[in-house]
Amino acid sequence: MSIGRLLAIVLAATTVVLIVVGTLWPIPSAIVTSGSGAHLLRPSSTPQAAVESLADEIGRQAWEKAYSGLANKSEFTELEFVRDLTGTYPSLRTYATLDSFDLRPLHASAEEAQFQLKLRWSTVVGTFLDTRDLRVVRTGDRWSVLWPIVKEPRVPPQVIPVNYLRWDVIYRGPEDDWGSQDVEAPHVRIVDMHPVERSGGVVIMGELLNEDVVPAFVTVKATLLAKNGSVIATEDSFDKISHVLLPKQVTPFFIAFHDVELSEVDSVHMDPSATLIAASADPVIGIEDQHFNPAPGASLSGKLVNQSGQVVNVAHVLGTFYDKSGQLVWVADQYVDRALLPQTPVSFAMSLPADIASKVTSQRAITTTYSSGRFQ
Amino acid sequence: MKSGLTFFLSGLVLAAMPLALAQTDALRLPKTVEAGSAFSIQTSGSGTAVLYIVGPGQVVQRKVQLGETTSFAAGDLHNAGHYLAVLVGGSSTENDAFDVTAAHQPVTLSFLAKPSRLSVDLHDGISGVVYVFDAFQNLVLVPTPVSFQLSGVASAVQMRTALTRNGVAWTKMNSAPKEGSTQFVARVGDAVSTRVIQQVPGNPCHLRMSVRPAGERLAVETEPVRDCSGNALPDGTIVTFTETYNGGESTIDVPLKRGIARADMPAHSGARVSVATGVFIGNEIRLGKGR
Repeated sequence: MSIGRLLAIVLAATTVVLIVVGTLWPIPSAIVTSGSGAHLLRPSSTPQAAVESLADEIGRQAWEKAYSGLANKSEFTELEFVRDLTGTYPSLRTYATLDSFDLRPLHASAEEAQFQLKLRWSTVVGTFLDTRDLRVVRTGDRWSVLWPIVKEPRVPPQVIPVNYLRWDVIYRGPEDDWGSQDVEAPHVRIVDMHPVERSGGVVIMGELLNEDVVPAFVTVKATLLAKNGSVIATEDSFDKISHVLLPKQVTPFFIAFHDVELSEVDSVHMDPSATLIAASADPVIGIEDQHFNPAPGASLSGKLVNQSGQVVNVAHVLGTFYDKSGQLVWVADQYVDRALLPQTPVSFAMSLPADIASKVTSQRAITTTYSSGRFQ
Repeated sequence: MKSGLTFFLSGLVLAAMPLALAQTDALRLPKTVEAGSAFSIQTSGSGTAVLYIVGPGQVVQRKVQLGETTSFAAGDLHNAGHYLAVLVGGSSTENDAFDVTAAHQPVTLSFLAKPSRLSVDLHDGISGVVYVFDAFQNLVLVPTPVSFQLSGVASAVQMRTALTRNGVAWTKMNSAPKEGSTQFVARVGDAVSTRVIQQVPGNPCHLRMSVRPAGERLAVETEPVRDCSGNALPDGTIVTFTETYNGGESTIDVPLKRGIARADMPAHSGARVSVATGVFIGNEIRLGKGR
C-alpha cells in the first residue's frame, strides 16, 4: 500500500471520528451557531445544563421555549423577557445575534446554584457583552433559572419642547453658470496629531476641529511616507471618529496601520476632508458621572443622558485621553447597545490598555448618535 | 470636438487643392475682422470659383464671381481665431489667412468669487476673478477696465478697478468687520455679474457662563457668545460644559440657540464647572461646599 493511500485512509477515518465526536458532544457555541441544536440540548438535570439550555434557546431566539423554562416567569411577561434581551426600541440589540456565551459557576448547593452568564452578542459594529448573574433553583428533579429581568424604564407621556435647529443646504445646480460658486466646504483643522508605535503597527491619533459655522461630514486619511518619498500605506479613521461635526465641535480620530514599523516612516501626510451636509443640532446628550477606572481592567465609565425628546437608537461614545502634559495618549470608543430614551441614563464603559491607563490624567468624551427616521 | 472637425475639414480642403497657382493676389483679405461684423473679400480674375473659409468651429462655403467683391453679413463669422480662406476655381487655387478678433464691446462676464463664506475682518480674504467675453462668448483680449465693488448692509463699500490682461482681471478685498451677506459686483460697461459672499463671525472672543441650582441639578447657561468684533456666534455652534468633582466628570455638548447655550448638569458640592467652544476656553466656576 502506498504512503499516499495510507494517508488518505487515515484522514478519512479522522474526519469520521471528529464528526461523530462533534455530533455527540457539541460545544455550546456550536449549538448556538448551528441554529438547529434543539435536539441536542441536555435535559435540565443539573444547574449548569439548565443555564446552558437557556443560553442555547436565547441564541436560537426560541423565546417561547426559553421563557417557559424560567422559574420566575410569573414576575414578567414573555414580551418583557424578549424586550430585556432585544430592547424595547430599535437599537444594536435588536439586530444582534448571539455569537457565543461563557458560563462561570459562582456558588452551588443542593437546592440552589449561582452562575455568571456572559452573552457575547455580535453586531455590525463589533461585539458587546451582556453579563447576567443567574440564580438556578431546583424544582423536583429539574433545575430552572431565575431570570434577573431588567425592565427598560417607561418615559411618562409628556411634551418636551425643543427649539429644533438644523441646517439645510442648496447645492449648485447643473443649470448654473460655471462661474457661480458652489456652497463653500466647511473649514476644518487638525489641532492635534500624534503617531505612536503600537502592537506591531503604527497608530495615528489626533483631534479635528470644525472651525466653521456650518456642519461638516468629516473624514481623516493618513498616508505614511518612507524616507525615499514612497508611500508605505494609506488608511482612514473609519468609525473611530465622529463623522458629523457641528460648528466648533472637536472629534478625536484614530487611524491604525498594521504591520508597519514607526522607524520605517519618514513623514505622515494627513488629509482631513470636510463636506457640507444638512444636519441637526439635536439631540443633546449629556455624559454624566464619568469615572476613569485605573488598571487592571482600565476603563472610562459613565452614563449617557438623552436630554432631548426623541429616542436615540444607537449612541457611540468616543474618549480622548491625555497625559499630565496634555499630550494625547489614546483614543477609545464604545457603542451603546441600548436605545437612549429621553431623560433616562444608560451606562457605558470603554476599556483602554493597561500601559496607557497608567499615563492618563485627564480625558474628554463625546457622543455621536443615530436616530431612525431622523435625517442627519 | 468642434475645432477638431474644423481642422479635419480644412485638411480635406487643402489635400484636394492642386498645388499650382494660376494667378497670384487673386484673393484680397482684410487682415483682421471683428467677430460678428460684416466684411468683404475681393477677388480678381474672371469666371466662377468656390471660396472656403475655415476657422475655429466654423466653415463657410460661397460660390463667387471672380473679379467681384464677396460680402459677408454681420454674424457670419463669430468665433475669434485664425481663419484660412481658400479660393478654388477650375484647376487653380489660392489661399490666404486672416484673424477674427473678439468684439471690443464686452457683453458677458464670468465672475469667480472665492470663498462664498468667510470670517469677518480678514485682510484680502475675498478674491474675485473676471473673464470678459463679447456677445459671441469670445474672450476680449483688449485691455479692459473692470470695476469691482463689495457692499454689505453693515459695512462700507469697497471699490477696486483692475485692467484685464489676456482677457482676465482679478482683485482682492477685505471682509467687513460685521457679519452678514455682502454683494460682490464686477462691472464692465453694461455687463454686470453679482456674487453673494457670506461673512460669518470669527472665533469666539468672549465666553462667560453662569450656574444656578435647578432642583436637584444645576442649570448652566452662557451669556451671548461673541467674536472679537462683537458679532454673535451663529446658532448651532457647539459649547461644551464640563463639571469636575471628586474623581468624576460630567460633560455636555450643547448648541447655541438664540445666541445662548444652556444645559442641565448633575449637582455636586465643590465641583468646578467650566465652559469652552472649539479650542477657546471660557470662565470657570467653583461651586460652594453647601451645594
